[in-house]
Amino acid sequence: MVSEAARPVVTTRPDDTGLGARIDGSAIGDSIYRWMTTAFALGIPILLLFIAIEIGAAAWPALKAFGFGFLTSSDWDPPHNIFGAAPAIYGTIVSSFIALLIATPLALGVAIFLSEFAPSWLRQPVAFLVDLLAAIPSVVYGLWGIFVLQPLLRDHVMPLLSAIPLLGQTPLFEGPAYGPSMLSAGLILAIMVLPFISAVSREVLMAVPRSQREAALALGATKWEMISDAVVPYARSGIIGGIILGLGRALGETMAVTMLIGNVHKISASLLAPGYTMASLIANEFAEATGDLHLSALMAVGAVLFVVTLIVNGLARWLVWRVSREGQS
Amino acid sequence: MTDINAPRGPASPPKPAVRTARPSVMQRAAAERTQTTIGRRRVVNVVMVGVTFGAAILATLPLIFILGHLIVAGASSINVDFFTQIPKPPGEAGGGMANAMVGTLVLILAASAFGLPIGIGAGLYLAENRGTHLANAVRFLSDVLNGLPSIVMGIFAWQFLVKPMAKFTALAGGIALGAMMIPLVTRTTEEMIRIVPVSLREAALALGYSRWRTSLVVVLRTALPGIVTGALVAVSRIAGETAPLLFTVLGNQFWSASLREPIAALPLQIFNFAISPYDQQHALAWAGALVLIGIVLIISLAARFATRSRFGLGGD
Repeated sequence: MVSEAARPVVTTRPDDTGLGARIDGSAIGDSIYRWMTTAFALGIPILLLFIAIEIGAAAWPALKAFGFGFLTSSDWDPPHNIFGAAPAIYGTIVSSFIALLIATPLALGVAIFLSEFAPSWLRQPVAFLVDLLAAIPSVVYGLWGIFVLQPLLRDHVMPLLSAIPLLGQTPLFEGPAYGPSMLSAGLILAIMVLPFISAVSREVLMAVPRSQREAALALGATKWEMISDAVVPYARSGIIGGIILGLGRALGETMAVTMLIGNVHKISASLLAPGYTMASLIANEFAEATGDLHLSALMAVGAVLFVVTLIVNGLARWLVWRVSREGQS
Repeated sequence: MTDINAPRGPASPPKPAVRTARPSVMQRAAAERTQTTIGRRRVVNVVMVGVTFGAAILATLPLIFILGHLIVAGASSINVDFFTQIPKPPGEAGGGMANAMVGTLVLILAASAFGLPIGIGAGLYLAENRGTHLANAVRFLSDVLNGLPSIVMGIFAWQFLVKPMAKFTALAGGIALGAMMIPLVTRTTEEMIRIVPVSLREAALALGYSRWRTSLVVVLRTALPGIVTGALVAVSRIAGETAPLLFTVLGNQFWSASLREPIAALPLQIFNFAISPYDQQHALAWAGALVLIGIVLIISLAARFATRSRFGLGGD
């Protein structure tokens, strides 16, 4: 009985084996459990490493053959085994930029409305509807884009853009309006990344300490002045993180873009002209690629996309993490 | 525990004044008050309420347009055949997507069988080993995996599984989708286990439960509704994925539920029909999209419902 009482107190420290305190004497069970969960946790880095190695190895022949020129050349000629990914890289950047240009102000407006202005009965339903945008599968966006958005843009919006004085005459809106274009792809991307930017922005706005708001209000600021002078600056790096997170989504988005961008290996200044993105290039040509170098070139495009999204997402996570840490300290 | 509440608590240390990049609110307000009336600032305030409200309306419009058009264009093609028949050859009327629905179900099951154990196991590890270097690294890499473009996952699965076997298989697609589930499941599992009160764990340990039984039988069990929610969210996310399936499961015009054969999938079928030249296939694509979005929404709503019942249990 005495020895019962003298046993060490069981703590929740994971490194405590606590052998003496067990009735069922399952030190073996404990160590199996620890090994299992550690193995599962290690599964994530191993999987990423696997992806990097497999894709890197498959991309190597093309990267070796074309070197840095792979990123800057616009020649994509499978029959002659010449590959340059510049149009796809250009298209990825431009379509994502259009998407962010449209989605960011909207998403910020939604986030500010929901976190600051909206009455509580309106907050939940509107937030739910915006979040629902993120639940729509990419292929459904593409379907809607092909049959609804694209005809609408071709017949009504694009002529209107070309007719704007001065701006309409710039190379930006030059050429005939076919439908499949950088503009349609950018617009569908804008709708798709909007919920991501708005969700992260809403979260960081809500994480701004109440003292910041109260201080601004106590100084006589109106509600808007409180938001623009105290709340948004405080949450700024988190909001930027949200935007970059949206960028990461836009860069890698495949199906809807493949269905709308026209899939043409050409850099055109006009937003009304078709183009290519890295993801749509892979989606469109991978199944038909017969030559080893063609396949390797597509893998190399995938590797570039992998590295770019890795950097973009890492940056975004770091920015969001910085705000949430400040909000708690 | 205390630092979360500190800024709001009465005992919190006094905060420095409002951090602003521009001249302080007081300076600006004072300057403006001398020049104009407070009325102008109030007008700006009201205008900005209107602008942000407008943004909220504008952001919900695409959803309403898309869902509305889906219902209008898709409902007319939904009939018994759609749920029982396989696709007819191009140009022929009728046919359905029954094999694609079965295929999507098979893929979801395969993905869950691969992704859920790893995700939940990793989540358990992260929740029980907070602050260690490995846990921090795994958490960060899990976020990185979450941001990986689905097409990259697709070509990885091709390179890793399809090429060596020289055959397109449902298994390759299931693994690609399962890998996409892992980061989401890991994150929600970790969060759900964290909110299980420590006292519950301590009580079980004090009663002589071994550590592994405490974790699995007491803690995991308590957090289960939340973990189910996370799993459902992950399933709803991968159910509509197309890009990882393009080069792995390939698609199939006929019945197949085998993991070792190419298989049809709803999103893949929608894609193929959408880019085909036949009106009759377009109609089927709309119907398929309506069914797919129905499936995704039902799973999402189920996830929300599961979350609500968790809060009802009072885990926090």
